[in-house]
Amino acid sequence: MARITLQGLRHSYLANPQSEQDWALKRLDIEWEDGGAYALLGPSGCGKTSLLNIISGLVRPTEGQVLFDGIDLTDVPTDRRHIAQVFQFPVVYDTMSVYDNLAFPLRNRGVPAPEVDATVRAIARMLDLEDMLRARAAGLTADGKQKISLGRGLVRADVNAIMFDEPLTVIDPHLKWQLRSKLKELHQRIARTMIYVTHDQTEALTFADKVVVMHEGTVVQIGTPIELFERPRHTFVGHFIGSPGMNVLPCTVDGGKAILDGQRVTVQNPPTTALDGKRIELGVRPEFIGFASDGLPVTVVKVSDAGRYRIVETRHGTDRINLLVDPDAVVPSDGARLRFDPAYARLYADGWLAE
Amino acid sequence: MSLELRNVTKRVGAQTHIYDTSVRLAEGGFNILLGTTLAGKTTLMQLMAGLEQPTSGAVWFAGMDVTRVAVQRRNVAMVYQQFINYPNFTVFENIASPLRVARVPAAEITNRVHRMAELLRLTPLLQRRPTELSGGQQQRTALARALVRDADLVLLDEPLANLDFKLREELRDELPKLFAERHCTIVFATSDPMEALLLGGHTAALHQGRITQFGPTADVYRRPADLVTAQVFSNPPINTAPVTKEAGRVVLSDTVRWSALGHQQRLPDGAYTVGIRPHHVSPIANGHAAAAVEGKVLVAEISGSESTIHFSHGPLNWVSQSHGVHPSQVGDCVRFHLDVGQCLFFDADGRLVA
Repeated sequence: MARITLQGLRHSYLANPQSEQDWALKRLDIEWEDGGAYALLGPSGCGKTSLLNIISGLVRPTEGQVLFDGIDLTDVPTDRRHIAQVFQFPVVYDTMSVYDNLAFPLRNRGVPAPEVDATVRAIARMLDLEDMLRARAAGLTADGKQKISLGRGLVRADVNAIMFDEPLTVIDPHLKWQLRSKLKELHQRIARTMIYVTHDQTEALTFADKVVVMHEGTVVQIGTPIELFERPRHTFVGHFIGSPGMNVLPCTVDGGKAILDGQRVTVQNPPTTALDGKRIELGVRPEFIGFASDGLPVTVVKVSDAGRYRIVETRHGTDRINLLVDPDAVVPSDGARLRFDPAYARLYADGWLAE
Repeated sequence: MSLELRNVTKRVGAQTHIYDTSVRLAEGGFNILLGTTLAGKTTLMQLMAGLEQPTSGAVWFAGMDVTRVAVQRRNVAMVYQQFINYPNFTVFENIASPLRVARVPAAEITNRVHRMAELLRLTPLLQRRPTELSGGQQQRTALARALVRDADLVLLDEPLANLDFKLREELRDELPKLFAERHCTIVFATSDPMEALLLGGHTAALHQGRITQFGPTADVYRRPADLVTAQVFSNPPINTAPVTKEAGRVVLSDTVRWSALGHQQRLPDGAYTVGIRPHHVSPIANGHAAAAVEGKVLVAEISGSESTIHFSHGPLNWVSQSHGVHPSQVGDCVRFHLDVGQCLFFDADGRLVA
């Protein structure tokens, strides 16, 4: 178990990085607390796998240090960092039984047989694998195999952190729920540091206590799921988290209010400094918009039934504005107007939350 | 031009992959095949395309028996979960390939490829090769190739499954628009109930080689014909519990009971299974007739927009899903409101009765 610190980290896959674009990871300082449940969230190519590989030691960063409990391990190889990894595709020994798969890391380390047996059974119980300990791993379904990969990470007492790289990609949606809640439950029971890499916001937000959102090699926000949802620091976070994501609408500012095509919109963060020359946008999530008798006039373009709510797509000029309404709510066919919740409507300057 | 399966079965050796299936797909709009891995979605598509021959039964298309017609002569386009493109061809040549095979004149090919590229936002990428593209761009290329030739039948086998979450959302939104002006039959396989709902159209719920129900998507979701269909079409999984009805009351446990409402009143006394979707079990009252369910919290997932709470009530493990932030700690006792009017009642054979 360890607190992991990334200090002044930068990484480039080029020999002589020159411009800003040459860096796959731009300067990063992150502290992962011991026993925390983290998610590393971002689209393909944002640098999240590079970051994971730097922590595990598969990649040496161009600049900066990796510390475990304050000790510099930047040049220490992977096998001496004691990190368990679970990959996108389950890695199991097909010819072995489930029991032997789970016992493998312990036997490898010369753990006495009675202790191996007790640990394997305890982990199997946690993962609901008890009934299949004698079965050959080859015969299991994808989620069964992924549980074994996970179990192999959990049996070792010497593990500093468990890292998951898109572990649910090959799992059917209805089983994803089960496996994800299982992970969360395990974390609450054993309190190991877990870092979960994913592009899927639902997985990130439901698993993690803290989510690190990455975009083009930069960390744009670190926060609890609630903070990321309610107060995105960057329009990218607003867009990437939430489905559909936050509406981002070009606007101007006057007297502390957003001006959208002549309509004045009260915002939660009236700017205290001049925003001259910056790209100004109003950000508001579909959850915080409702139909009203007065407000921004829009045309309803499409209504999609999502079962527990409906997604209404509207247009104001060329701007697209989505809002969510209850399944039984009335959607006006014409003369629709929108009201933005002033507690959750915010101004952004050049993409960043205006100060 | 509609596709129809008439008493189609598919056996491979001793195994039955598709049991006796008859269905007439809708023209225009999406026909969604919804089911888990191994439910039979891909097999059913291959039978529709003519890539596989049924063991018995017939495939009809536009009023003709096409069971024995080779796939090359059926004007079918298919897109798979794995992005399949010609690695040595540019994006332009990839999209153009089916038109070249069909000996369409060069000028028209250029025209149609450009129009398709514009629709799928591939125009700036036309001279690149697939390996230089992101996953989303590769899948767009595969889609463009399937769409460029005006196929009569378009089969999309989980085309969004391998894409990033946001790209999936974006393409899911675009797909119905791309097909809006086409007169072809579209079949779309998915294992994701939310994807099925948002694409709309018609849905066939598939379970272990059988279509359990086929109808307008919203109807199948709201009035599932049986418990299996309700389970296939629910994510998170639908909550179930055995109940008894006696003397006008429904009894779920020692502490959870309610007066039968609406359709429930006409049910004869006896034992049933109720199904209730997670969003109808809420930690907050919403004014609907509700029964209180005391639950012990097992896991709480708070995403900011929604709270998903897994809890136990006696031997039952249930899930509650609600808007907003409703924090709770593992082990807490929480009172949930079960929206009794939304309960689905199934009989001993699993058929919907109220």
